[in-house]
Amino acid sequence: MISVGLVLPQQAHFSAPLVLKSGALLPGFDLVYETYGTLNAAKSNAILVCHALSGHHHVAGYYADQNDSIGWWDNIIGPGRPLDTDRFFIVGVNNLGGCHGSTGPASVNPATGKHWGADFPVVTVEDWVATQARLADALGIDAWAAVIGGSLGGMQALQWTLSFPERVRHSLVIAAAAKLSAENIAFNEIARQAILSDPDFHGGNYYAHGVRPLNGLRLARMLGHITYLSDDQMAEKFGRRQRPGAGSYSFEVEFEIESYLRYQGDKFAGLFDANTYLRMTRALDYFDPALAYDGQLAAALAPAQASFLVIAFSTDWRFAPFRSREIVHALVHNGQSVAYAESNCAHGHDSFLMDDAYYHAVVAAYLQRITL
Amino acid sequence: MHTVERADFDLIASWVKPNERVLDLGCGDGSLLKRLIEERGAFGYGIEREEAGVLAAIAQGINVIQGDLEQGLAGFDDGTFNHVVLSRTLQTVRHTERLLTEMLRVGREAVVSFPNFAYWKNRVAVMNGRMPVSEDLPYEWFNTPNLRFFTLLDFEALCAKMQLVIRERQVLDEAGRLVVARPNFLGSLAVYRLGR
Repeated sequence: MISVGLVLPQQAHFSAPLVLKSGALLPGFDLVYETYGTLNAAKSNAILVCHALSGHHHVAGYYADQNDSIGWWDNIIGPGRPLDTDRFFIVGVNNLGGCHGSTGPASVNPATGKHWGADFPVVTVEDWVATQARLADALGIDAWAAVIGGSLGGMQALQWTLSFPERVRHSLVIAAAAKLSAENIAFNEIARQAILSDPDFHGGNYYAHGVRPLNGLRLARMLGHITYLSDDQMAEKFGRRQRPGAGSYSFEVEFEIESYLRYQGDKFAGLFDANTYLRMTRALDYFDPALAYDGQLAAALAPAQASFLVIAFSTDWRFAPFRSREIVHALVHNGQSVAYAESNCAHGHDSFLMDDAYYHAVVAAYLQRITL
Repeated sequence: MHTVERADFDLIASWVKPNERVLDLGCGDGSLLKRLIEERGAFGYGIEREEAGVLAAIAQGINVIQGDLEQGLAGFDDGTFNHVVLSRTLQTVRHTERLLTEMLRVGREAVVSFPNFAYWKNRVAVMNGRMPVSEDLPYEWFNTPNLRFFTLLDFEALCAKMQLVIRERQVLDEAGRLVVARPNFLGSLAVYRLGR
């Protein structure tokens, strides 16, 4: 089993205005995307991969001019891999509001000629699905064989079946939930406060000041990172191990876990846009398809025509398995097709990105059943 | 997980009508559900704990839900299913009464099959000083998943205590033939339909 190899990002422009769920109007937008495999003549073998908080369109393969440019979900995509590019045509897209090439807060607002910054609207999971549908139109894909995603990506995979029931045959909802808990929102709020209170934030218009709220973004990522790991895994990986020269009774890096978090925070802050981070976490907070149905998830999911595969990880406390089972039970209540698997992968919420044998075997077995 | 065709599947299949909703507890690779879907036009879900079973069931296109029966059926709504099936699994369950109660909460009918410990060959084995090993009790004492050893009479006494209605009982011998006379002596496997 090998990677898809060299890949190239592509850009699609959509000139028709888009009314967002918030009521805001976007005059037009670009989406950057990648594809792997070949779309068949019937256009029946397309799979959309939706990304999570910090993801993007570069899902698999690597770029010719960059070392260390492997896609973020490369381990599951390729010839003979669970998302088999010998059979399927895979599409990865950077979501609207992102910072990897699709129109977002760092893009230029055509009305002002300046960066959107604070004026870029708050986008929702529903908005992302609507824009992804425009990309599907552009690619000539009437219905996805499957839409798949982990975490926030799983929410999009779920929303697709509600926004466009006839355009999704299978939905793979991994390490996700039908809505955030108060605790989930609380973590997001702290992450946002770290950014909003950074003196370099400038109300979101930091581009004009030639600075970026790096400290805030760094803190936000450090906090987020803790919630993506499991307690056991952190104990195993770092324990209480100290750095060389530790014991200085200062606030320098003393423990390995501190060093790790600082490294992860710095790396992320260097690559990501704070305005995008704010919007991605807000999209998570707002997602709640049952809200319009008096909190009745089964009623909310009733329009879906897709078959579902729901996967959770026993060590994931950010979106624990019981959150996934809420989705499963709502679908069973409605008599909708659903399979559910629970992996013991040790990596907490991040397990969905790992090459866990059982988890990948479940995805492969499910996708092999799909007729093209 | 049995790989041989199970004799109780024929009986269970004959009780399921088209478009009925079935929940198969401990569904293994989903063979029974596949049969109920293909032969009887049923719509079904299975619950399975083991990874191998879940994988095999998904590969067969079965709506399998990974979970542990000992945790009960929390999350499943009352009266969701026409039949809730527990095929050759009751003897492996610790919380017997709770599971039977749960089955008749989420389903209108419980279908339960189990090996009869009072089958004459089992009695002979014990008379000869050894724990029985047979077609329907295929394990040695040291590797059996079975926790409970009981007979038709024991089970019916429990049903009476729990005020469960026995709608139908069929008893099979080791070859899968129906047993009519002296079922608690000549029957190796019992299959019940229970209601409230």
